[in-house]
Parts: sequence; structure tokens; C-alpha cells
Amino acid sequence: MYSQIVMDNFSNPSNAGEIENADGIGEVGNPVCGDMMTFYIKVEDEKLADVKFKTFGCVAAIAVSNMVSEMAKGKTLEEAGSITKQSVAEALEGLPKEKMHCSNLGAEALAEAIKDYKSKNSTSESEAG
Amino acid sequence: MKKVYMDHASATPVRKEVIDAMMPYFGEKFGNPSTIYDIGSEIKKDIDEQREKVATLIGAEGKEIIFTSSGAEANNLAIKGVAVAKQKKGDHIIISAIEHHSVLNSARYLERTGFEVTFLPVDEYGLVSPARLAKAIRPETILVSIMHANNEIGTIQPISDLSAICREKEIVFHTDAVATVGNIPVDVNDLGVDLLTISGVSLGAPKGIGALYFRKNTRLMPLIHGGIQERGRRGGTENVPGIIGFGKASELAMEELPENMNHVRKLRDRLISGVSERIEQVKLTGHPEKRLPGHASFCVQAIEGEAMLIMLNVKGIYANTGSACASKALKTSPVLVAIGLSADLAQGSAVFTMNRTNSIEDIDYILTELELSVKKLRSLSPIWREKAAA
Repeated sequence: MYSQIVMDNFSNPSNAGEIENADGIGEVGNPVCGDMMTFYIKVEDEKLADVKFKTFGCVAAIAVSNMVSEMAKGKTLEEAGSITKQSVAEALEGLPKEKMHCSNLGAEALAEAIKDYKSKNSTSESEAG
Repeated sequence: MKKVYMDHASATPVRKEVIDAMMPYFGEKFGNPSTIYDIGSEIKKDIDEQREKVATLIGAEGKEIIFTSSGAEANNLAIKGVAVAKQKKGDHIIISAIEHHSVLNSARYLERTGFEVTFLPVDEYGLVSPARLAKAIRPETILVSIMHANNEIGTIQPISDLSAICREKEIVFHTDAVATVGNIPVDVNDLGVDLLTISGVSLGAPKGIGALYFRKNTRLMPLIHGGIQERGRRGGTENVPGIIGFGKASELAMEELPENMNHVRKLRDRLISGVSERIEQVKLTGHPEKRLPGHASFCVQAIEGEAMLIMLNVKGIYANTGSACASKALKTSPVLVAIGLSADLAQGSAVFTMNRTNSIEDIDYILTELELSVKKLRSLSPIWREKAAA
């Protein structure tokens, strides 16, 4: 049902966990819907120095979370913004049709974390100014 | 790698004795049972012998058995066949909220064609209350269908109490006994049912064979119109090898029943107590005592069942789940909803169904691997963190 690369990302996720004092946190979904993802990002020089996640969900949801974090790490915020559900699914060598929404959630959770960072940052800038 | 198959509710391996019994019917015994020459008419006799064996397993007579292609077809035949045959008498049907899809969707189909259907709720263990059934019955009620045991939560219904209410009012009573026949003693007279569904795949016969028991004088409209096979109740040339295999499997199930029940009950109890000792925040689903001897089902907090089962699969363990994520429609199992579980707890469903081929070592292997999988998935779960903090 799942590709080897999905299984690898699910069985040995490299970026699972939390970041203490994260610069941005994004949370999407909820347990009642069946999937919930929380993304943590660390930003240095407008680049994603670190990305971690925690996910409640199926094999696809966990594999997507890890793949999104892998794809995002080291990218500029702008580059990371271009990660889409299609590009994640492609990197995973495809997902079953009914699991594509998981792919969407992963991209969304990362975007939320970046948004959170930007909003915190603009507040502190305006405070500083 | 060690392999442990514990999804016997989905399918059982076909036994060697069963395969051996079937083999000649793919080759030299190929004749059509409806013909009059000896290579056909002898097979008709062989079929009727199997009919007796299947009947014996449920305390019935051979002539009360209709062979079908599956448990699903038998359920369809029972529900639609009675509804159509009795529609002049009434248009109301009662089923429980936790029926198999083949009963549930047959009833929904009838609803669209003008019948009225009451879906009886169940309690937190999945039990149907006889008082509630009595209340739901109307003068127009023609059929009640309540499954003997549920394959997802293992709960066994008080069928004889439920059927007694219907018999008094001359309402046809059907039970889907796919989960029980071959696993616990089943007797159509003790149960007091008019119709009962059996499936081959759950008792060591091949896929593609099932049967409907019908009590003499129960009126039934065929689903498959054709020749006079199954005394006109189901057209189509018989699945002869399947029927032979079904008969052999029934015979073996009958002989081995007491021993098998004892064996799987020990395994089940070891699994249930082991899980509760080793994993915190796990709910046993279904009734703690009134349950199938070889059935253990749980909902694990803060993780999702498909992920849990695929992780077990990687370790060579094969089990089932009612998680929404494991269904193509992404819907939580209606059974877990009906017993009142919250949607997030229902996501953590895991179902283990064992048979004679499983061992104590299998249970211990599952306990070790299940504990590891749950631990790993919880370490990934944002809601487990919240629980720990709370």
C-alpha cells in the first residue's frame, strides 16, 4: 500500500520531536478529525535552521510530516513556502488517493509555523521600533 | 522473522484436510449437479452430504441450508428476501446499529425503496437490550436482524431473549452468526432464530462460500433467480469445490470446538491482562465476559490504529483496526461510534482474533511488540504530551 520511502519516513523519522524555545509553532488538524500535526521551527538568517514535528495520525500523516521537515530544513522562508502537497507526495513517491489530504496537512502545518514566526517577529520589530 | 497472524475474523487459512477434500471436484468430479447422468447426479448427492454437515454444526437439518457465495450474500438474502416476501404484511424492519455492512446496507437499500428501518442503539459494551427491542416493535414490523457476535468488539448478544420477543409476535428473526459459528456452540433452536448466516472464510473453508439457515416455512424471495438449485431459493450452478470444503471445515469445527474454545480463551485472557498491565490508558472494547473466546479488542489513547498496525506488520504481526484512517472512506467504524467512544479514542483501535494455530509465544511476542509500537507512536504524538502535562 505504501512506498518504501513512505515506510522509511514513518519507521525512522529523523525530525520527530519538539524544539525548545521554537521561533515559530504551527498546529493543524485535531484528534477528532483523525490527524493532528504540530511543527516547530528555528530560524537563523531567514533560513530554517531546524524543523521538528509531532504528529497524531496514520502512516501517511507521520511520513508526510517527516518529509516536509526534511524538505524545509536549510531552506529560506520563501523557498519553504513553495512546498506543496504535490511536491511532498512526489518526494514520497506517491500516496494512496485517500491519503492525499495528509500531504496537504503537512504543508499547511509548516506554513502555519512560518506565519507564527513572522507574526512574532513583526511584533518584536515594531516593539523595538 | 517470526510471523503471527491474528486476524482470523477477516480470513482463516484453508486447512490441508479441506483442500484435500476439495481437489477431486476441480478435476474428475467436474459434472454439473443438475444433470441426470451419474457424473452429475453423484455430485448432487455429495452436495447434500455437505449440507448435512453444515446443518449439524448449528443444530439444524440439511434441507434448511441454502448455500450462497458468502456471508454477505446470505445476509442480503435474509434481509431483502424476507422484506420482499412479507411486504404485504408490513414494511418495518429492525436491525442493530452495529450490524455488518451487508446487513446495514441491505436495510438502507430497503429504506430507499419505501421500507422503514429502525436502527437499535447498543450500550457501551455493544449489547442490544431486549426491552428496547420490545419497544421498537410495531404492528408493521416484519423482520428483526441482530448479529450473534460482533467481529470488531467481540460482544455476544442475548439472542434467545431477543428472538423470544419476536416469536411471540410472529416476526421473522435473523442473526448474522459469521463471527460465532465454529468459535462457540451455536444451535438454531436454542437461539430461537428463523434465519442464520454462516460464512466459510471464518471457519477454515475457502473464500466464496457461505450459507443461510432458514427455518422450515420461512418465506423468502430469492435474490438470484434461475434454475431449481437450492430448491429454487438461489439460482446458479453450485460452487461445488467450495461447498465440499465448507462441509469438511464444518465437520472439523464441530469435532474440535470444545478444545479450540479452551485454547483460544487462554490466549485471549493472557493478551487482555498483558495489555492492561503493560500499557497505560488502554480501553478494552466490547463486553469483558460476554465476548468471543478468541477475541481481544482495544482502543489505545493518543495514537492512531493504522500506524500501530503497520508498525506491527513490519514486525510480522497481522491484526485489524476500526480506525477511520484505515478505511477507504476515512470514516470511523460505526461499531465504535455506536458504543459511544469519542472519535479520537476510536482512532486508536486494534483488534486481535485468534484461532487454534496461535500459541502462548504468539501472545507474548505481540505484547512485546505492541508495547514498543505504542511507546514509539506516543513519543510522536502531540496529544500524548498534552495528557502527560495535564
